[in-house]
Amino acid sequence: MVEHGEIRVVHRGGSKLTSRDPVFSSDSRFLLCASGECVKVFSTSTEECIHDLRGHTELVTGVLLRPSNHLQVYSCSADGTVRLWDFTDGILIKTYVIGYPIYSIYASANHEGVIFLVTPAQSDKRSEMFQLVAVQLPQSGDQLVEARELSAVLSDVSSNPAAIVFGRGGEYIASANGLQLEVYFFKKQKAYRFPLKEDNKKGGKNTFMCVACHPKDDCIATGHEDGKIRLWRNFNHKKEYTYSTLHWHHSAVSSLCFTPEGTNLLSGGIESVLVQWRYNQESQRDFLPRLGAAITHIAVSPDGALFCTSHSDNKITIIQSCVKVSAVIQGLVKGESVRTDLMMDPRSKSLVLNGKPGHLQFYSLQRDKLLYNLDIVQQEYIHESGLQQFEVVKAAFNASGNWLATVEERKQKAAELELNLKLWAYDEQTQSFVLNTTISAPHEAQITAMCFCHAADSQTTMLASTSKDGHFKAWQLAAQAHTEDEGPSWSCDFVGAYHDLVPECCCFSADGSLLAVSFQEVVTVWSPASWELLTTLSQPPGAIRDLCFGRLSCSKYLLGTSANNLLCCWNLLTCSLEWSTSMDVSLLLADPLSENMAAFCCQAGCTDLFVFKPSEPRPLFSRKEVCSGKVTRAVFAPREEMLESCEESSQWLNHSQLYFLTQYMDLMTFTTKAEEDRLMASSKQLVIDDSVAMTPFYLLLGKHRQQENQDSLGGMSAERTPLPQGSVAIRELLQTPAHVLPSTSYLCSMFVQSLLISVTDTREENKHTEEEMESEKEEEDSEGEMESSTRPKESLESEATESAAPALTKAQARELRRVKKLDHSWLAGLLDS
Amino acid sequence: MASFKPTKIQVYPKLGEKVTQDTLYWKNYKAPVQIKEFGAITNIDFSPVAPHNFAVTAFTRVHIYGPFSQEPVKTFTRFKDTAYSGRFRSDGQLFVAGCEDSVVRLFDVSGKVALRMFKGHTKAVHVTDFTSDRYQILTGSDDYTCRLWDIPNATELTTYQEHTDYIRCGVTSKLNRDLFITGSYDHTLKVFDARADKSVMTMDHGQPVESLLLYPSEGLLISAGGRYVKVWDLLKGGQPLVSLKNHHKTVTCLCLSSNGQRLLSASLDRHVKVYNTTNYKVVHNFDYAASILSLALAPDDESIVVGMTNGILSIKHRKSLEESKEISGQQKRRPSYRVFVKGKNYVPKQDDYLVSKPVKQHLAKYDKQLKKFNVSKALDTALERKPEITVAVIKELDRRGTLKNALAGRDEQGLSHLLNFLIGNMVDPRFAPVLVTAADMILDIYQSVIGQSPVVDRQLLRLQELLEREIDYQQDLVEVLGMLDTMFASSLPRKEVPCQHCSKGGIYPSKKKVQFYHAAK
Repeated sequence: MVEHGEIRVVHRGGSKLTSRDPVFSSDSRFLLCASGECVKVFSTSTEECIHDLRGHTELVTGVLLRPSNHLQVYSCSADGTVRLWDFTDGILIKTYVIGYPIYSIYASANHEGVIFLVTPAQSDKRSEMFQLVAVQLPQSGDQLVEARELSAVLSDVSSNPAAIVFGRGGEYIASANGLQLEVYFFKKQKAYRFPLKEDNKKGGKNTFMCVACHPKDDCIATGHEDGKIRLWRNFNHKKEYTYSTLHWHHSAVSSLCFTPEGTNLLSGGIESVLVQWRYNQESQRDFLPRLGAAITHIAVSPDGALFCTSHSDNKITIIQSCVKVSAVIQGLVKGESVRTDLMMDPRSKSLVLNGKPGHLQFYSLQRDKLLYNLDIVQQEYIHESGLQQFEVVKAAFNASGNWLATVEERKQKAAELELNLKLWAYDEQTQSFVLNTTISAPHEAQITAMCFCHAADSQTTMLASTSKDGHFKAWQLAAQAHTEDEGPSWSCDFVGAYHDLVPECCCFSADGSLLAVSFQEVVTVWSPASWELLTTLSQPPGAIRDLCFGRLSCSKYLLGTSANNLLCCWNLLTCSLEWSTSMDVSLLLADPLSENMAAFCCQAGCTDLFVFKPSEPRPLFSRKEVCSGKVTRAVFAPREEMLESCEESSQWLNHSQLYFLTQYMDLMTFTTKAEEDRLMASSKQLVIDDSVAMTPFYLLLGKHRQQENQDSLGGMSAERTPLPQGSVAIRELLQTPAHVLPSTSYLCSMFVQSLLISVTDTREENKHTEEEMESEKEEEDSEGEMESSTRPKESLESEATESAAPALTKAQARELRRVKKLDHSWLAGLLDS
Repeated sequence: MASFKPTKIQVYPKLGEKVTQDTLYWKNYKAPVQIKEFGAITNIDFSPVAPHNFAVTAFTRVHIYGPFSQEPVKTFTRFKDTAYSGRFRSDGQLFVAGCEDSVVRLFDVSGKVALRMFKGHTKAVHVTDFTSDRYQILTGSDDYTCRLWDIPNATELTTYQEHTDYIRCGVTSKLNRDLFITGSYDHTLKVFDARADKSVMTMDHGQPVESLLLYPSEGLLISAGGRYVKVWDLLKGGQPLVSLKNHHKTVTCLCLSSNGQRLLSASLDRHVKVYNTTNYKVVHNFDYAASILSLALAPDDESIVVGMTNGILSIKHRKSLEESKEISGQQKRRPSYRVFVKGKNYVPKQDDYLVSKPVKQHLAKYDKQLKKFNVSKALDTALERKPEITVAVIKELDRRGTLKNALAGRDEQGLSHLLNFLIGNMVDPRFAPVLVTAADMILDIYQSVIGQSPVVDRQLLRLQELLEREIDYQQDLVEVLGMLDTMFASSLPRKEVPCQHCSKGGIYPSKKKVQFYHAAK
């Protein structure tokens, strides 16, 4: 039986990928981006995440390739440290402790051993003043280095990382803040300031948004809030500077970037169009439109072949030279609020919530990866601030995942609300949802709740929706009697109301025989078969907030929470209140796989969690202060494999896992100790020393290869290919024409001898690998080492051949006999080569 | 880089009847041929043998028309008074007709003069028919009697005087030469067996019986009288099966479609209704200009012939297969060049590398303009299309927040074009929500130029009238709705709901209410 520790609340995936601009590795095979508290290394060709560089304890605020070694990367974080990583292997090399929160990091090849950081102005930490400081990184062998010698370079800079940039070869640094551009020349130790007026005559706003420097030329490009781009020249004079203006963007330019050769300038903004300007021929522009969402950052690979744009919807797009989108790295999209509840797709077991405007996203919790976006609205998205867009506000799955119901709405300023209820059927062939029925204006006012009948054996599927217009409606799938060519579609089956009260929530019982609809403080229970009002339950005062039927053995209970801090449990057999308790429940939800229910209570700015069975008075699990703020969205996700836990307090996590969203839109979950251990173990297994991108395909084949490897190891020889080819005897045997070969008996002894060498090899190899491990650790710091993964093999070979051919022992003779019987698998190796 | 998503054209529910297989079948007739007769057409009968001529009894004569001729191929005029009930014998050789002067005349179809005259009735004879053995004639008369006559001898065989009012319809069995059924204005149907001297079965229709029809199997009998059509099971001793009340005036004529699956009934309310004979639901409906007295279907439903009180004979012929195909064929767009189909059926060989070309997205004209953000042009191009499309584009422009730009800056012609569209579609409930916003904006934009163009001013006035009228209609509808609510509230028994604390449940009267809501909208 597995030992179980306490239950912990942990962050689980879905962090923002686009808070800082991504960085290409020098060979453009990897893309590094700051993601929450770690740096993620993605493959640019396969979109897979290869490494998580974990170590920072707060948000990572900057990622930067080390100018002197392109296999190492600096990352800075708000926790006041700069860390140096080897990103190909995912190893932390050094930690420099700065001591102040860092907002961005810069370096230049011209300034060796110095990094430039943006920290809060030291005088007082509260203020919004930031300064650029230079830090001389101390040379020392230790892992943890204190680097507290800061020298201020520029004061009063912007905390926006795009607002500071190194100029040609690191000769100068340009910083924009507010309405002022400042250029600091390192040689002259002199700064020039170029202020702009707040508004120009035509009402444009001149505030600087971003800065980029030409790599070969003395030219600084700045982006402005009104969509203009200015190209500054001659700025090493205080008075005689000039600038030219480019204008295409209709709103603020959020990112600018020169290509490495300086032939093109890339710009992007909220229009989600990547604009490519020819340097010195600015009238020629190329556009790459409809990239999906507002562009926040642009990066270019060192060879200029790949562009990469970060978008406001947590997406990174990799573009092949401004022509074609080659890869999309999509993170979990979290807007300001989750309008639809968190849901689980019963088929893919993925988390479903509203993502991009007008889309529903399917997010795999196990793999921390966005599976796909389902376009609900199916309209061209207009990128313009202040425009009212259609939003997906409600969604529901039925029990089998065959049907998905979505509600989209658009609230105009003056005119009436636009509402659409859409029902999607799962298509087995295309493996996606296909629109079945669109009901425009299903209700006259906003829909407050929607749920499917979850009965497994029911003949027809039923959907209930409640609306602020005072009605609730039941929708049913019905075949159209008249036309045979069309499939069944959904239509309204029943409209119900109760005393002109507004229905707030609805819930079907587990067997689908009852529908509970709450009308403010009254709960009405209806029979979906006859649409009779069976009973009403109420516990005034206080409107009902949540309704939940019990499941399995507790299916006779109906639970409700009221705005008046009351959690009530009604017994439906007696139609009376079974128990009630006074607590301010912000969210009540039922585990679909067990009787358990979870209640998030908000108390004094913190949220407590209670897990209980409706039939038992004592909660199974309770945890005070799970997080700060109110929890309004949570979901029980079924586990892929059941946990076996005997401890009572963690038994409720056996079947399913509880995920919730905090006030700050962090996705959290509860884990047990054993689960974490298992996760750690599995992640260690997955570490791959190869530089090949880790794709599912690779895992499949790689595993196979590994197994083959092990088999051959256990069987006879260590090396797969080097053995036959490396041996002179074998090579001779294969290269000589058959008719001039000596007799087979002669060849046999030669061949056997070549095999004998490898037997000793196997033994020594074990020793060698151990040595290698140690030496590798020592060599980690060495900067010249390029291919640490392939080197050991080579050295191993050479050593193996050196220590060859000792005398035969008895054991070896036995081994030899066995070898003779073995299949000559080396032939396969030969065929491969 | 996602592709441009074209404007979504909303599919509106089709107003009016749903298109069913039946609708398609019964709609598949050509425009009617109309022939004016001298008086009300009381009977139409198709000859059972090819070429299926039909006899039309109107006023004092009987015309026989060929299947496709508009002129009668033959006319029987030797009636002294109004003729009734001209019928063919089952071999199509002989023809019998009753007359107001109580004489029944038998004709050879090729001759002119009556072969036989059956005299014996004392009043007008409205019913004549041949029995299935072809040698006897059944007649029914206003003198309350029905008689059987022998054709070779021209003698009366039997007389039944059981009805107590005019006998206006009758039918003979096609399977048994002795059985026949008569219907009378005394509300009864009587089944007679010529071997017995009395009626063997009597059924009460409840209304004066106008028409009778036997199913081909002769197990079921259909009678029409008053507003009712009733179906009787003869094998169960005349038990009523169904009573249909779908007409709002007297049903005058009944007819079965060729395969016996559909029943047609014609009525004075100018409608012909088609029933499904398995569930007796109305599946289709024809409208005619005047009250219908007679109706007949050609074998294989090749044509529907209807005679009306104003003497107009309407003949609808079924569209031939090629014709109906031609129409559907025209709708299909075919590639104009052979090059489009070239290589379509080429099957790639084993080692062939298939290069797939990216599919080019075809956009409608207005979508192309929308893609370029040319909002005014997009609206202009959409105005030339169907109103559904125009409304969808207006809605899309509104969503983009550029509807005002698209509407503004128009000259007199452009504005009157727009206003014309508004006048045409503003009050359509499907489009009203979108068009009201657009109209609002137009008035805002162009209020300063009102009075400068007489064309625009006239259109604005028309729009105003239209809106005022519409508002009145809506007012009336709300009133009706209120009345209905009261009626339902009073008619529905209030049901007590088990309730522990308070409040009785005011439940809506389930589905009916819902339907009324929809109907009202």
